[in-house]
Amino acid sequence: MHQIDCPWCGVRDEAEFQYQGDASVTRPDPDAGEDDFFSYVYVRDNPKGWHTEWWHHNGGCRQWVKVVRNTATHEIHATGLPRDGLPVPQARLKP
Amino acid sequence: MRYSAFSILWQGLKGHSGWPRMWRDPVPKDHYDVIIIGGGGHGLATAYYLAKEHGVTNIAVIEKGWIGGGNVGRNTTIVRSNYMLPANTHFYEKSMQLWEGLEQDLNFNVMVSQRGIINLFHSDPQRDAMARRGNAMRLAGVDAEMLTPAQLKKRVPILDFDNARFPIRGGLTQPRGGTVRHDAVAWGYARGADMRGVDIIQNCEVQDIRIEGGRAVGVETSKGFISADKVAMAVAGHTSAVAKMAGIELPVESHVLQAFVSEGIKPLIDTVVTFGAGHFYISQSDKGGLVYGGDLDGYNSYAQRGNMPMMEHVMAGGMAIMPTLGRVRLLRHWGGIMDMSFDGSPFICKTGIGGLYLNGGWCYGGFKATPASGWCYAHTIAKDEPHKLNAAFTIERFREGRMLDEKGVGPNPWIQ
Ligand SMILES: [Zn+2]
Repeated sequence: MHQIDCPWCGVRDEAEFQYQGDASVTRPDPDAGEDDFFSYVYVRDNPKGWHTEWWHHNGGCRQWVKVVRNTATHEIHATGLPRDGLPVPQARLKP
Repeated sequence: MRYSAFSILWQGLKGHSGWPRMWRDPVPKDHYDVIIIGGGGHGLATAYYLAKEHGVTNIAVIEKGWIGGGNVGRNTTIVRSNYMLPANTHFYEKSMQLWEGLEQDLNFNVMVSQRGIINLFHSDPQRDAMARRGNAMRLAGVDAEMLTPAQLKKRVPILDFDNARFPIRGGLTQPRGGTVRHDAVAWGYARGADMRGVDIIQNCEVQDIRIEGGRAVGVETSKGFISADKVAMAVAGHTSAVAKMAGIELPVESHVLQAFVSEGIKPLIDTVVTFGAGHFYISQSDKGGLVYGGDLDGYNSYAQRGNMPMMEHVMAGGMAIMPTLGRVRLLRHWGGIMDMSFDGSPFICKTGIGGLYLNGGWCYGGFKATPASGWCYAHTIAKDEPHKLNAAFTIERFREGRMLDEKGVGPNPWIQ
């Protein structure tokens, strides 16, 4: 089971969280154009390997936690505040 | 070799020593008319229908692992066509019709069992929603019937009708739905394709798609470069990774879905039942094991295994409609990687690259679609244009605002 280190609450089980998707996408400027908004809403990198993502601690402090997790092994590398730029290990597994 | 009652009798007398292998193990040729990436159910069915319906036989199906080792062997074997949106209803009904004739067509016992599927409902609004779905199905020529609690009690007496939180108020049934032996589907299509000259190349990984002048011209594999007039992807679970080889970015995320089988018990449930107040579906295999599953784990994953919280959630769903499950021991469980598209519907389409085709985005419903997916994909590849049954399953539908969001949950794959 994933053990997620919430910056506010400490290490908690996955069962307390709701996954909220890819945290690497950012909302474009309002006048960025259709292509950018299309990508923002629909296109995902979907890597096999390290992935920066949101987990909502809805069974705890109800804050959003940024997590760097490996989608092939379920290993968690780092967690942090939403504003944190978390380090992402470079090695990516083969597809 | 044609299978028949006589061939079984004859082989029995000879001690079953004369059965030939069901498909060859060929060395890849330098060139094919069509290369299909992925030897799962969809890829094999595509090869079979390309050969049978369109006379294209110079085909290679290239599989990274072995035939039947991916999602075609990892599902809960349910087949049905109880959809509501027109594009989905007609497509899945085509699939249902192909299932109904598949064993004769393939000369292979895939154990199609039309034991029916029953979707339970637990409240008045849910009854209305089910009636609406049933009506949409009947308007499209699909069979659907509403069952009263009294009818249900006769059909599936083991259910907990008076559960305090989720009392069962009835069900919507599709009597033609049921189950099919999943592994046999892969083997049957592989044998049928091989008999028509298709090369099934196992343990060969596609590492890149070669594109020249805006056209796919072949694939780099672990066994060298193989050229082709047309390249077709059928790798649901890993569609993002393979499409990326051609520079295509997609509205797809990979998620893990778990499935479970209990110890073998005497006949308990002779149909497929789904819980309406949670996500839980159950049937019983011919070996006696209860086969069941529920929601996605709910986070991006390429690991073919899930985690305990979702196991507990699935079991809780099962206990809510069948408390007797608590006395049955779990024998096996596993995970498969789902190609979750951003509206819950699949892709069978051309891409922006000439001679390159896409089949993917099957979410957790790919198995039931196998025959129609192969049938429509074969048409799309052979004619270089979609059949009307898969014309809506494009990548462009997201940009054009023509999403096929059967569940109405929006672009959040993890809650589909
Ligand atoms: Zn917290």
